[in-house]
Amino acid sequence: MPLFENGQIMENGWQTAQEGVALPEGDVLVPLSRLAEGLGRNGAGRLGVVLEPADRVESLREALPRLDLVCVTFGSFRDGRAFSQARALREHLHYTGALRAAGHILPDQYEFLLRCGVSQVEIPQGSDPAFWQAAHTRFTVAYQPSVLDEKPEGTGLRRWLLS
Amino acid sequence: MPKLLQSTLPVGRYAYDEVDRAFLAQRVEQFRDQVARRLSGALSEDEFKPLRLMNGLYLQLHAYMLRVAIPYGTVSAVQMRTLAHIARRYDRGYGHFTTRQNIQFNWIKLEDTPEILDVLADAQMHAIQTSGNCIRNVTSDQFAGAAQDEVLDPRVHAEILRQWSTLHPEFTFLPRKFKIAISGSAQDRVAARFHDVGLIARQSEQGRPVFEVIVGGGLGRTPIVGVSLRDDLPEEDLIAYLEAVLRVYNEYGRRDNMYKARIKILVQALGREAFLEKVNAEFAAMDRSRYRLPAEVVEAIRARFGAPAFETLPDGAESLAAQCRADREFAAWVSTNTHPHKQSGYCSLTVSCKPAGGIPGDATADQMDLLADLADQYSFGELRITHMQNVVLGHVRQDQLYALWQVLQANGLGTANVGLLTDIIACPGLDYCSLANARSIPIAQKLSARFADNTLQQEIGQLRLNISGCINACGHHHAGNIGILGVDKRGEEAFQITLGGSTGDDASVGQIIGSAMSEDETVDAIARIIDTYLVRRNPGERFIETCRRLGAAPFKDAAYATV
Ligand code: HEM
Ligand code: SF4
Repeated sequence: MPLFENGQIMENGWQTAQEGVALPEGDVLVPLSRLAEGLGRNGAGRLGVVLEPADRVESLREALPRLDLVCVTFGSFRDGRAFSQARALREHLHYTGALRAAGHILPDQYEFLLRCGVSQVEIPQGSDPAFWQAAHTRFTVAYQPSVLDEKPEGTGLRRWLLS
Repeated sequence: MPKLLQSTLPVGRYAYDEVDRAFLAQRVEQFRDQVARRLSGALSEDEFKPLRLMNGLYLQLHAYMLRVAIPYGTVSAVQMRTLAHIARRYDRGYGHFTTRQNIQFNWIKLEDTPEILDVLADAQMHAIQTSGNCIRNVTSDQFAGAAQDEVLDPRVHAEILRQWSTLHPEFTFLPRKFKIAISGSAQDRVAARFHDVGLIARQSEQGRPVFEVIVGGGLGRTPIVGVSLRDDLPEEDLIAYLEAVLRVYNEYGRRDNMYKARIKILVQALGREAFLEKVNAEFAAMDRSRYRLPAEVVEAIRARFGAPAFETLPDGAESLAAQCRADREFAAWVSTNTHPHKQSGYCSLTVSCKPAGGIPGDATADQMDLLADLADQYSFGELRITHMQNVVLGHVRQDQLYALWQVLQANGLGTANVGLLTDIIACPGLDYCSLANARSIPIAQKLSARFADNTLQQEIGQLRLNISGCINACGHHHAGNIGILGVDKRGEEAFQITLGGSTGDDASVGQIIGSAMSEDETVDAIARIIDTYLVRRNPGERFIETCRRLGAAPFKDAAYATV
């Protein structure tokens, strides 16, 4: 499925680990349960981890400097735990690498994802990229601080969203 | 941007500026686009539902219902006229004030909603986050900025929380809805202990507010009185601490069962200590400077609130007392419907939306217009909706009360029953609601008619009677001194009675006294419960106090005594 990042559609060059199959060569995303295996892998290729909503972000603390991608997931767009996971990765663990959101997500949530620190989304099957593009420019201000540390607008807690 | 003159700011609420207006316009556009995507099929109903709910749009038994936010319950006269216009143009000529200080329109068409949201936006109003699993409209004291016992006007902080929670990136898809109430007086009039978070503000020695934070209260299927996490939260950490509470809830709150998803269940499951430990850990780990609420920001928001230009008046108590002696009906009304004001010569006035035999909380478009006019004439153009579903004029001159009362009387709004038995809270029930077991409105009307006699009501004294059409408790039945709960008894509508609920500092949850009865039997049973109270009470004892002293047994016996 295509990725959407900074207003661009991009190819997803990452492979996802298949259950019961040895990790492939190249850039690979592993579940938390196979993190050690991924870290021990020989050869070239980058490593990423997929967090399920119930996974604790804290368990990535040590491995984080060696990861190139973390992917938070939405089983349903109504389950907002991934927002907190993304924000915690940025705020508590000071993670600065690529942060992806995947699963059942709506363009209407795009701004929330960005403001929780997500940098790229896997656009779900059948979702029109134009909606994602539109969602990105819909609002010009927000009413609360976020991990993006947007420029304060002046009165109260408001921030400018588009610089 | 030109600086607004003090006198042009709306009294008691935050005045939008260009940036706020632009935001609201963008929000309406977003909803218009969502409606279009729904109609084109790009959004499934399953996907559209939470989006429309976040714009206050419910699907009810017969039509869509639109719930409009009234932040901290305060509206201007201009806004009230807008609500009247919506009632006339898009509904059936009336609206319904809710227990969370909002207003609902029960007969709305989906196609009309973007246009209605435009009309609302023009009046600096919206329906954002009036439903959905997000932080809901923040409620506050209906006597804010006026009450004699107030330490500070909680509406400034309520506005800060409104802004902070608006389209919050992290907390818009919580396990369940999240309700915050804030009081600026030690006398809790906001039911702080029955909210997901209740805040009670007081003044610190340094002159800035500090807050008591109560968490995990609620009604619904599992009524629980909230627990106090701390009573010393400094103002500058208000947002940081709430972020911490919500992060813990978002991460650990249950999502497998919607009836166990409120924060109250999490707090009960973990226990206060373990919950507090998690909140404190998050609070310690977070980047506190990012979420700091500096005094300058609070003052910048406060500066956008209008303040009433009080006149210097002598205390009017004596001449008021003389008017009361001359007119007993007026005296009865003054004794129940007015509240002491901090400014000499003024009082706050509650307009009862509960006439004898009427539907609690309903107001017609004409009544809304009249209230708006009266607010302009007598109360600096400001009105408040109360969680008892009445309307308050906050700042009325004592020497103008009599004239005002006569106008209200002439328009069916002069009922002298605030805080008395017929000041009933009732949910919409089976007349509107698809979840209902029973109709709440007809039984409310019967009770209201049965106890309409004002002398009798005054004799009975302070009493809260709340009615819900099902276990979801929208009518707060277990918070009522007497509660009525609609149940399904072998396919028939029936009612259970609860006794002993209360919302203030002595909050308690009412208990069911026995098996369900029909509507008429329930009305009779309540009359017998009242008789028992009148016979058994000690001098000066309120109903709830007699209940607590005697326990449920004598009332239960009376309720089920066959005649
Ligand atoms: C007819 C449409 C309505 C429906 C379908 C509805 C549904 C519900 C449901 C399912 C709950 C339980 C939520 C939970 O415990 O998690 C609830 C709670 C509540 N409802 Fe309603 N409701 C309706 C109308 C109203 C109205 C008109 C009011 C105000 C007068 C209201 C006020 C409340 C309040 C205050 C609660 C909260 C109890 C608590 O916070 O613990 N509802 N409602
Ligand atoms: S208490 Fe039940 S019947 Fe009444 S409005 Fe709520 S869900 Fe409907």
